[in-house]
Amino acid sequence: MAQYKKPLPQPTPVSRPFWDAAKRHELQIQHCNKCGAQVFYPREMCPECLAPGLAWVKVSGKGTVYSYTIAQAPTHHSFAEDVPYVIAIVELAEGPHVTTNITGCTPNEVKVGMPVIAAFEDVTPEITLVKFRPA
Amino acid sequence: MSIKGKAAITGIAELRPQRDAEGRSPLGMMAQVAREAIADAGLEKKDIDGLLTGWAIGEYSVLWPSIIAEYLRLQPRYFNQVELGGASAAGMAWRAAAAIEAGMCSTVLCVVADTRGVTTPGRKLPPFPPIDAEFDAPYGLIAANPGYALIAQRHMAEFGTTPQQMAKVAVDQRKNACKNPTAMFGSKEITIDDVLNSRMIVDPLHLLEIVSPCSGGAAFIVTSADRAKRGPQRPVYLLGAGEAGGHCSITNAKSLTTSLVKPAAESAFKMAGVTPKDMHFVQPYDCYTITVIVTLEDAGFCKKGEGGRFVEEHDLSYKGDFPCNTHGGQLSFGQPGLAGGMSHVIEGVRQLMGHGGERQVKNATIGYVNGNGGIMSEQCSLVLGVQ
Repeated sequence: MAQYKKPLPQPTPVSRPFWDAAKRHELQIQHCNKCGAQVFYPREMCPECLAPGLAWVKVSGKGTVYSYTIAQAPTHHSFAEDVPYVIAIVELAEGPHVTTNITGCTPNEVKVGMPVIAAFEDVTPEITLVKFRPA
Repeated sequence: MSIKGKAAITGIAELRPQRDAEGRSPLGMMAQVAREAIADAGLEKKDIDGLLTGWAIGEYSVLWPSIIAEYLRLQPRYFNQVELGGASAAGMAWRAAAAIEAGMCSTVLCVVADTRGVTTPGRKLPPFPPIDAEFDAPYGLIAANPGYALIAQRHMAEFGTTPQQMAKVAVDQRKNACKNPTAMFGSKEITIDDVLNSRMIVDPLHLLEIVSPCSGGAAFIVTSADRAKRGPQRPVYLLGAGEAGGHCSITNAKSLTTSLVKPAAESAFKMAGVTPKDMHFVQPYDCYTITVIVTLEDAGFCKKGEGGRFVEEHDLSYKGDFPCNTHGGQLSFGQPGLAGGMSHVIEGVRQLMGHGGERQVKNATIGYVNGNGGIMSEQCSLVLGVQ
């Protein structure tokens, strides 16, 4: 495998369960047992009610494209070989918004509102990114 | 109790934006604009007892306010860093007024300058915010361009806003820049086709819809309403201010199309006791064309979703029916770091002082200024006026 040069997440003690789940090709987010909020990105406390003790839950991986952009110029030099590529915000079926890339179709096929499903990409032996493809 | 009319801006200074710093440092440029703004206000350095600043990419450091106080040999009674990205300068205006009204000081120097990129040997760019680095950067959502493209794309999908409408903002602001001798891009007018034929960077945003980072600096002086009357300039009073925040990454914004400008502008107009239709000009932060459209909607100049049609139907030039970013905006003036955000405050003051030169808006006595930081993350709206 050629050396991966793009920015990689550095999992923290708080976010580690998310990245570990991604490595198993599972999408997990947090759930607040006190107020019922679905929480992404990983936090120590619920951002809605500030309660501690968020629980990790496996979610469907389904969502829709909330918005997207086709990068025709690299947004960082390390993405130069990927141009054109789609950066998107996906609204998960469970509610939270996540930053991602849309793969599995040409950039011009991506539309706001398009149904998508998680597509896990093992970019290094340690890290799997959560991308999405048309459902 | 409010700070309405309690303080005024009495002096301004602004460097001509330059592509490169040509050996100058942010601190050195700050010293220059400080000297010029103090002189413009008819004051001496010893009259300055308050200091507000932002940050500078070119010499990024903690303890920045003390570094500036030391460089300028000031002994402020009130000093701080306003860290609101492009909204920092607007944020300084009301903080200065509040500090003066609270008796903490009498006259505040608000000053920013920056170079394009790091110019001081051995310094580094400040790191990304940690959450952005972990959950945005791996997917290429890095810096401002793609974030605003996401906003534009969603605005187009929800409301039918067109590329032509967005381009119109850049075209009209360029007309203003052509009357501003200090604008970086003020030598030639552009057409909607020029904008749409410029290189696509992050679809749907073209090169001519995106600010150009550069080097420069600016400063303004805020003093009490009483002291302001003794200065050489027509005092420009702070009549209203409002601020709002709530996200850092655009992915975590509650909405891509209804921004935090809404609560910020509502607060500012309420404090001033005026409405958007009372404004003689607007100077809304413009890092991208879409920023202007969303800001005009959320500040109440038109209904949500009608911003595209609004800019299409109005002449945004200094002599038009809706003067907007009369210095050319950052799109044509340039974006010298946080001094880009200060350019909107400076131009608002310049117009109200009657120093607009060839681009003077006739009989302008009240106007709206908005500062925007990050990806619509920090908003500060001001209503400025003269008596």
